[in-house]
Order: sequence, then C-alpha cells, then structure tokens
Amino acid sequence: MSNLDAAFSALADPTRRAILSRLAQGEATVMELAKPFQLSQPAISQHLKVLESAGLVVRRIEGAKRPRRLAKAGVETIDLWLSMLREALDKNYDRLDEVLAEMKPRKGRRIR
Amino acid sequence: MSKMTLKTEGDRYVVVTRQFAAPPEAVYRAHTDPKLIQKWLLGPDGWTMPVCISDARPGGKIRYEWMNGKGHGFHLTGEYLELEPCSRIVHVERMHFPDPTPDNHVETRFDPDGADTLMTLRMTLPSAEVRTAMLSSGMEHGMEASYARLEQLI
Repeated sequence: MSNLDAAFSALADPTRRAILSRLAQGEATVMELAKPFQLSQPAISQHLKVLESAGLVVRRIEGAKRPRRLAKAGVETIDLWLSMLREALDKNYDRLDEVLAEMKPRKGRRIR
Repeated sequence: MSKMTLKTEGDRYVVVTRQFAAPPEAVYRAHTDPKLIQKWLLGPDGWTMPVCISDARPGGKIRYEWMNGKGHGFHLTGEYLELEPCSRIVHVERMHFPDPTPDNHVETRFDPDGADTLMTLRMTLPSAEVRTAMLSSGMEHGMEASYARLEQLI
C-alpha cells in the first residue's frame, strides 16, 4: 500500500483523527465539521485536503455543497492506527518487565 | 501480574495502568535513563531507537528517534515539565512525521503496591471526540485481524 505513509502522516494530527471520527458517524459538510473543532473553515478545508490526498476521505457533489464522507481506506486506517497504539503499548511494557528483571539485585529476592 | 488496563477519565483523558514486579525507583529509572529507555520504548517488533536523549529535569529535553531497519523512521521531541523522583513525571511530547503533531500532555505516576509498582499513565487528548473514537473503535479489545493486516501492508 503505497499510500500508507500518507495515511499515517494524515493521522498524526489529532484534529484530523477527530475529523475522521466525526465522519465515521456520517457524512458532513465543511461547515458542520468546523463547528465542534472551533476552527475556521479554511483550516478544516486544509485538513480535509490532507485526508483526501491520503485517500481517507472522499467528497460528493450536491448542488453547492461538497459533503465529505469516510472512504473505506479511512475506516481501515483508523482501525490500524488504534491497533498499533494498543499493540505498541503492550509490547513496550512486556519489554519493560524484562528490563526491570535485569535491573534487580539477584541475591536476597523473594521468590514470586 | 495484572495486565494493562485502559479507561477513560473525565472528558479528555485516557488512563493506562500497568503493574510491574519492581519497586517504583526502578520503574521510574527505566522511564528516565536513556540507556534503559532504549531497551523497551520501541513499539512494534523490529523497531530500534538509535538516538535517545532524556534530560530528566524540569525543562530538560526529550528526543527519541526510531528506525525499523527498512529505511523508515520517525522521531519524537518533548520537554520534561515536572519530576518527582521515583513517583511522578509530567512531560509534553510531539511526533514528527516530519511535521510536528500538536503537543500531547502526559502524566506518569509510579505508586508502590507491596514490593511492586502500579504505574498510571494519563494522556490528555485534544478532544472528547477523539477519545470516544479511540475507545469505541475497540482499543480495549483484541486486534488480531488489524495487526495481521498491518504486517501485510509493511
């Protein structure tokens, strides 16, 4: 997936993750997206541009409106990002267990 | 040994807890000594941290650089805000992909629990929406399928 780097850069920004989570609940216009984030419409448009070029969000034309919705890749990428975070934490702390075991003085420790 | 837990607190926090079979002094040191951090703060298998700067004093710099051995890498920078030796760390951090993400504010506590340590990591999230999305997307459940998919992608 050549788009993976673009997808992860897109997801690196919490506002863009929040936009994706809003779109996960359904289609929304730029105005509807701007409101909860207290950002200007140009700022939201900029974030949407990043999400669209990463293939995570698509737009539809409806008269003067351009409602955005989540692309299939968007759903999968959110899922992927969350699983990586959880997995990374698990792996880190398992390794930390080993580091801590090595730090311990061997003599005089009680048996667990 | 209890497993890692992950829960919400208030409107903007995700709280991770984990028990460690070592005293708070050791767990604290493993979180602040760069030589020790390099051994475990690596994320998924296959990643290394060739550069680790951790100047553990208020205002001190943090810089972690990760590489995956396939030519991909990224880094994190941050600053320590408060340090209570052996019991509490407050810092801010941001990822660079290469553009920096907004600051993530993190408080890490190390509380004695018998001979063990209960670590509590409180991450501040940018919005309640993000937190809701994180939790509702199954962060607390198994993710085998996603992880298998990730391996196919890389």
